[in-house]
Amino acid sequence: MAFRPEHEIHRRRFGRNLGVAVTLGLFILLVFALTVVKVTRGDPMQAFDHTVRPELAAPVEEGQ
Amino acid sequence: MSDIRAYEQPGEAGFGDYVQLLKPRVMSLVVFTALVGLLVAPVSVHPVIAFASILFIALGAGASGALNMWWDADIDAVMRRTKSRPVPSGKVEAGEALAVGLALSGIAVVMLGLAANLLAAALLAFTIFFYAVVYSMWLKRSTPQNIVIGGAAGAFPPMIGWVCATGSISIEAVLMFALIFMWTPPHFWALALFMKEDYHTAGVPMLTVTHGRKSTRNHILVYTILLVPVAVGAAFTSIGGPIYLAAAVLLNAWFLIGAWRIWRRDEAVAEADSYAVEKSVFRFSLYYLFLHFGAFLAEAALRPFGLGGW
Repeated sequence: MAFRPEHEIHRRRFGRNLGVAVTLGLFILLVFALTVVKVTRGDPMQAFDHTVRPELAAPVEEGQ
Repeated sequence: MSDIRAYEQPGEAGFGDYVQLLKPRVMSLVVFTALVGLLVAPVSVHPVIAFASILFIALGAGASGALNMWWDADIDAVMRRTKSRPVPSGKVEAGEALAVGLALSGIAVVMLGLAANLLAAALLAFTIFFYAVVYSMWLKRSTPQNIVIGGAAGAFPPMIGWVCATGSISIEAVLMFALIFMWTPPHFWALALFMKEDYHTAGVPMLTVTHGRKSTRNHILVYTILLVPVAVGAAFTSIGGPIYLAAAVLLNAWFLIGAWRIWRRDEAVAEADSYAVEKSVFRFSLYYLFLHFGAFLAEAALRPFGLGGW
């Protein structure tokens, strides 16, 4: 059985699907890159969660 | 969808048609002005955050363009300039344009809030609302001042770029906003003078249609005169400097001369040379905006070498 020749509309649909796939892939990469930047810029990665965390307390200066 | 139905729809949209919904030419101006707003701010921004911020500002602008195409499909269909747009040409259904516009608006605002800050996201949300609802749905068909007030939507991007970097609004951001806001009316009215049939056919109450062409010429001159102090005044803020001042003085002098030449012509003269002056002022107005923001950028780029700024 011979394959049906590809219609122009199938090519257009493939192009559309490919465009959406590439866009979503780039979006995922961007969100990942943003996450890496936000997390590694030195912002605190811990927060108060009802247990004592001395490392979160502000450092006491000499002489106080 | 079955193949049989697919063959019955030769106008099925490709990916590029959805991109056209976002008005890529308008987006390019948004990207440029927002990027300048972000780069001239006195706060350095991480490149990834800067890239994401500009991308989401552009996406928000594109989303408002899609909402505009959904709402204006009827008048786009009768205007020569717009009838090949995806919705009036039948490639994309109006409902799809609405869905794309709403979805991208939400994504752009939320992501800008996460990437930059909440004030920038709020300003972007307001810009989309202003363009889609205040301008497209309300002003455009009801008042000849449509583009004066609607121009605010196009003026927000550099302010949002600035807010992405600094987290607050300052005089510099307001002046960049005011520069585009005051530039929009003479720019569009020059276009309306030589695209007169389009707006008339579509029933859009452009100034040329409601108040006549002489009044439009008067308005172009008055708004250009009002634009000059805004454009030149920005030279004396922290984002200005001698390069910007020189560029602003030359560009504004040229623009004023152009507006004056439009003002002193009448329709008979303009018809005789196919609106040559109006067309040249319209083209120049594009360079005018591009070069002002280019000069801001030049000042910021030279500042680390001790050359930019005062």
